[in-house]
Amino acid sequence: MSFYDKYLKWEDFDFAGYWKQLNDDDIEEILNQERLNTLDYLALLSPKAEKYLELMAQKAQKLTLKHFGKVVFLYTPLYLANYCVNQCLYCGFNVKENIERKKLNLSEIAKEAEAIANMGFRHILILTGESRKKTPVKYIKEAVELLTDYFDSIAIEIYPLEIDEYEELIAAGVDSLTIYQEVYNQEQYDRLHIAGPKRNYHFRLDAPERGCKAGMRAVNIGALLGLEDWRKEAFFTGIHAEYLQNNYLDVEVSLSVPRMRPHLGSFQPESKVEDENLVQILLASRLFLPRAGLNISTRERASLRDNLISLGITKMSANAKTSVGGYAESNTELDDDTCQFEISDNRTVNEVTTMLHKQGYQPVFKNWHIF
Amino acid sequence: MTAKLIIDGQEVGSRLFLGTGKFPDKSLIPQVIENSKAQVVTVALRRMNFEAQEENIINYIPDDCILMPNTSGARNAEEAVKIAKIARAAGCGDWVKIEVISDNKYLLPDNYETIKATEILVKEGFTVLPYMSPDLMVAKELEKVGAAAVMPLGAPIGTNRGLRTKELVRILIEEIEVPIIVDAGIGKPSDAAEAMELGAEAVLVNTAVATANDPVIIGEAFGQAVEAGHKAYLAGLGRTKKYASASSPLTGFLNEGAND
Repeated sequence: MSFYDKYLKWEDFDFAGYWKQLNDDDIEEILNQERLNTLDYLALLSPKAEKYLELMAQKAQKLTLKHFGKVVFLYTPLYLANYCVNQCLYCGFNVKENIERKKLNLSEIAKEAEAIANMGFRHILILTGESRKKTPVKYIKEAVELLTDYFDSIAIEIYPLEIDEYEELIAAGVDSLTIYQEVYNQEQYDRLHIAGPKRNYHFRLDAPERGCKAGMRAVNIGALLGLEDWRKEAFFTGIHAEYLQNNYLDVEVSLSVPRMRPHLGSFQPESKVEDENLVQILLASRLFLPRAGLNISTRERASLRDNLISLGITKMSANAKTSVGGYAESNTELDDDTCQFEISDNRTVNEVTTMLHKQGYQPVFKNWHIF
Repeated sequence: MTAKLIIDGQEVGSRLFLGTGKFPDKSLIPQVIENSKAQVVTVALRRMNFEAQEENIINYIPDDCILMPNTSGARNAEEAVKIAKIARAAGCGDWVKIEVISDNKYLLPDNYETIKATEILVKEGFTVLPYMSPDLMVAKELEKVGAAAVMPLGAPIGTNRGLRTKELVRILIEEIEVPIIVDAGIGKPSDAAEAMELGAEAVLVNTAVATANDPVIIGEAFGQAVEAGHKAYLAGLGRTKKYASASSPLTGFLNEGAND
């Protein structure tokens, strides 16, 4: 049994039919419950639930406060390389894109690490494109070993690995895994991933579980919102998180809600995800999974991020660069050429922490201690 | 229970222990400590930021407090032991609150791993206060391996549901020699008072203070509630009679016989 079996169970569910027969009483009853089941969660993602956003927000805020307190964790991404062998229609690192390809060597990584650590970060998320040849596990492992001198927590967002490879990276110092399925709808997944190892839907889908089995402390999953009907994609993300929570009690499971951003290439989102849709996803997720972390990145603009904090966000990136080698030397030309997607919130770390303090939240830079 | 709280030979001035997570601003903590009169303050090692002084929560704790690092984040005994040792090496003293949680859904403590960690750390010379699910056999084992106090939960962490485990905690209070400190779940000052009236030696509160609209005032209220509950316990609460006095006693014939 893996989450794939659960996916198959729901794949042909009559979502539209279920949403259509819901009425206001149903939604209100769900909002009065303390624990939500899978169908309750699906109901809160429905068009009918849209007019209950304020009520959902009140409840989400209370739950978040209870479980996480007035605290927001801060981290930043570090792109080690942008070599990629995949052809994903929506991504700026697509092998067919004629961009400058780059891979940081160890001394460059050290410079980046120093620059990031000097901003106050203790948690780092390292990323690569998907190229086992250019950025093999051995390279990532060496990078991790070096980064343990600078950081207290290291998360990876790289191509999916086998269990023993995750174990190898954990032994080197990695404690958290981020991997997005991008699209849960398998047919759409096949359409969007034209070539490359990423075409293997099932292998990617089971990667978070392999991470749990390997001993990751925290696993963060998500769907790239805009590639397919967001209501269904949010539903599958939520039940995937629930599956991981139920089967791997010792793993902290969190969700990201990345929306499509302008990127190189001509692919346009299939499903537009408005701000109110994003809010509905976050609130429904919080009510369904009270203890799950909710992550919001700098893909979203500053004003929206600020407003989302009190709705249940527990984790944010700050001062992020999505180009390879963007921290030690600020080179805007390079940034434009090699970045994966455009950043919307360009505020400095100080600006973000000041904003958090103003809202009555404590910014937290350290929430783990590397052994 | 005596008028003074002694843990591992050390006299502790206040029976309210304070947790430092979840506060909107670390700078509130000194004021909360002052107003609540808490003396033992627990800090998660995983939140101690040794790289940035203004970020390091330890710098917000007054010197006259007893710092009790906790092993929050540990999923097994091995991790708890490592965390405790890092805390001691960082100059946080010998006290440690063992928190081993391998369940992220309800945050219930892993009693088995907690016993293992306690045994190891006691041998290493720590003053060990383990957080546990109230179970008599586990509490006895913790006492046997040298725990300085036993800290049963009142309700799952962060739920503010009050003393839901009252009957089990009552048994621990009756049967365990080392101090029983109710940790987790205490949501209101009246819950804290209830635990103290029951005979707990102290209570540890975090979420209820940190997430209140005014942590300083609620901290003070908790301090007072703990004192009041303790005084009530010492004074001996009036017994609540479960059965009314019968006007026609069933055993009355025993006395009648004397008149025959």
